[in-house]
Amino acid sequence: MIKINDLHASIDGKEILKGLNLEVKAGEVHAIMGPNGAGKSTLASVLAGREEYEITSGSVDFDGKDLLEMSTEDRAREGLFLAFQYPVEIPGVSNINFLRTALNEIREYKGEEQISAKDFMSMVREKSKIVELDAKLASRSVNEGFSGGEKKRNEIFQMAMLDPKLSILDETDSGLDIDALRIVANGVNTLKSSNNATIVITHYQRLLDYIVPDFVHVLYNGRIVKTGPKELALELEEKGYDWIKAEFA
Amino acid sequence: MQEEHVVAEKVSPYNLKIPMGYTENELAQDLQNQEYKFGFTTNIESDQAPKGLNESIIRFISAKKEEPEWLLEFRLNAFKTWQLMSEPTWAHVHYSKPDFQDIIYYSAPKQKKKYESWDDVEPEMKETMKKLGISMEEQQRLTGTNIAVDFVMDSVSVATSFKEKLAELGIIFCSFSEAVKEYPELVKKYMGTVVPTTDNFYAALNSAVFTDGSFCYIPKGVKCPMELSTYFRINEGGTGQFERTLVVADQGAYVSYLEGCTAPQRDENQLHAAVVELIALDDAEIKYSTVQNWYPGDKDGKGGIFNFVTKRGLCEKNAKISWTQVETGSAVTWKYPSCILKGDHSIGEFYSVAVTNNYQQADTGTKMIHLGKNTKSTIISKGISAGKSHNSYRGLVQIHKNAQNARNFSQCDSLLMSDECGAHTFPYIECKNSSAKIEHEATTSKIGEDQIFYCLQRGISEEKAISLIVNGYCKEVLNQLPMEFAVEAQKLLAISLEGSVG
Repeated sequence: MIKINDLHASIDGKEILKGLNLEVKAGEVHAIMGPNGAGKSTLASVLAGREEYEITSGSVDFDGKDLLEMSTEDRAREGLFLAFQYPVEIPGVSNINFLRTALNEIREYKGEEQISAKDFMSMVREKSKIVELDAKLASRSVNEGFSGGEKKRNEIFQMAMLDPKLSILDETDSGLDIDALRIVANGVNTLKSSNNATIVITHYQRLLDYIVPDFVHVLYNGRIVKTGPKELALELEEKGYDWIKAEFA
Repeated sequence: MQEEHVVAEKVSPYNLKIPMGYTENELAQDLQNQEYKFGFTTNIESDQAPKGLNESIIRFISAKKEEPEWLLEFRLNAFKTWQLMSEPTWAHVHYSKPDFQDIIYYSAPKQKKKYESWDDVEPEMKETMKKLGISMEEQQRLTGTNIAVDFVMDSVSVATSFKEKLAELGIIFCSFSEAVKEYPELVKKYMGTVVPTTDNFYAALNSAVFTDGSFCYIPKGVKCPMELSTYFRINEGGTGQFERTLVVADQGAYVSYLEGCTAPQRDENQLHAAVVELIALDDAEIKYSTVQNWYPGDKDGKGGIFNFVTKRGLCEKNAKISWTQVETGSAVTWKYPSCILKGDHSIGEFYSVAVTNNYQQADTGTKMIHLGKNTKSTIISKGISAGKSHNSYRGLVQIHKNAQNARNFSQCDSLLMSDECGAHTFPYIECKNSSAKIEHEATTSKIGEDQIFYCLQRGISEEKAISLIVNGYCKEVLNQLPMEFAVEAQKLLAISLEGSVG
């Protein structure tokens, strides 16, 4: 699905990713954990194509294509989805209009026909159930006046609608109470298939109780320094990151 | 009195080739042809007055139009007043003052004979209307369309459609000149009652030299079943356009009126100084919508229309007047559609989107004058500044002594799209009655990198992202427009903001 090879990236001249390697195969869930400032959100931003970051070396293969050569919107159209840590508000633009525009742009890119209003609406009804999103939220302006939990559920709802190959969940658990966390995690689990993959970026082990990863990676100082099974997350929860810092400083 | 002054800072790293597209394919087509597409001229012989302005020019115009003596008097009085006035300088705009002696005040497409029917209209003229998207021919044929159009080119009204059908309901919709001839008592009764000749420099000038425009009268209790529309067009070079519109809705009547404007692309600045008067008698309602797309000048600020317009409506008891405007054109705009809420329980509304790009300057807003008890007004103003343009909102809310329980809500938002443009807000509030409730909200925002990135990450292209964001921003105003106009307005927004984020 995605193969990241010796990736170096910097912002404002400061190197954040310092030779990161990661391979995620279809059907897998990978968790990326690490202390503050390790480069977790930078990784998500760089993969999604935020322009502020400069890629200084390395390569990223996304399903046989050179990801770094693609524009931000083409990465999305090829099936890369980022669930934002801080979803953005767009006043006056309804969630439905936003999603329909997105869906049709993706379809056009793939040479498919535009979705009919009827099919689209039944898809909205079906997919909004996955995250127990109130149908009313679908017609409200994108994220405007949504609570923290509603914003995160809306991200997963969008993910369900756009059906990506690779989803990157950037700190999706931050700011969620336990019920919302369960709903969001259930949504992600429902959408999981042998054809897609998920990268879960998180600080805490808590989310991984619900979204069970196949691999846990520890990101520290711009590199993946340790990889293990899901039990590694528990170990990190118990011991903190200091022993990692000590080992790799 | 408050004053806000905001100048844009760095906005977005995205250099967009095509800034925003409406989500329909036809817009994509329009966007490929992004020059000012109404910049052509029509090759029609015209009948002109000599350049300059003096009493004999005014007599010439009046004679040309075969006007009655009282109207000539009206003009000459206005001219005398005008000569004593000087151009207003308080607006936040800078331009070289027009030379009023270098303007042709009367220019009319030369008519071989009077148009008795649509068939008499010259092919060149029909072609012009077609290019402008005014399909009167279609309208003549098709039933079920619901817009009656009056077409005013340079100084005269060329054609008005659906006249007979409207006449059955007693509705008068015709050119101003025709109204002077056919309904002189109505014109005499109402003309100049809302915008007196002494009102301001440009209103006085208009009153002296106006050449045509539209007149509309809706009789008591009649709801006009179709949109009435006037299309204004400046064609000749060196001319000014001075039209007058007078809309009277008698007791309990309703009318929705639309106005559209374009002009050819010329290097010179042309002057457009119009006067619009609306009168809503007891329980009447007038909805007046404008899509203004006068030639804005080129990318370096050369040429373009000076749009100095006085628009005002008077509300009697329980009456309501709504102004909705989408302003994308003109080099300089100076315009404040206003409501005098004279009658108790009357309502005034102002919804505006003003877009400026390149070197355009706009100083626009409204005045809500509360005289009656329980009067209400709403002001929603959305300014969008791009390029090196300056966009100012200037509004006055005035609550008079006897206006018990007056209410006003104002919202003035500015959206900045470049780091060299400016947005300015000048809200004035004068309140002489302590029972009044006045609310004012103002925001200034930059089109957000984060918003654009969010859209891009969902697979939406940059141009569509900006279209979504800008249309979302203007939604409250666009929603006020009649359907046909709303689509046109959205397209205009897209075209006007070409290459504007950066």
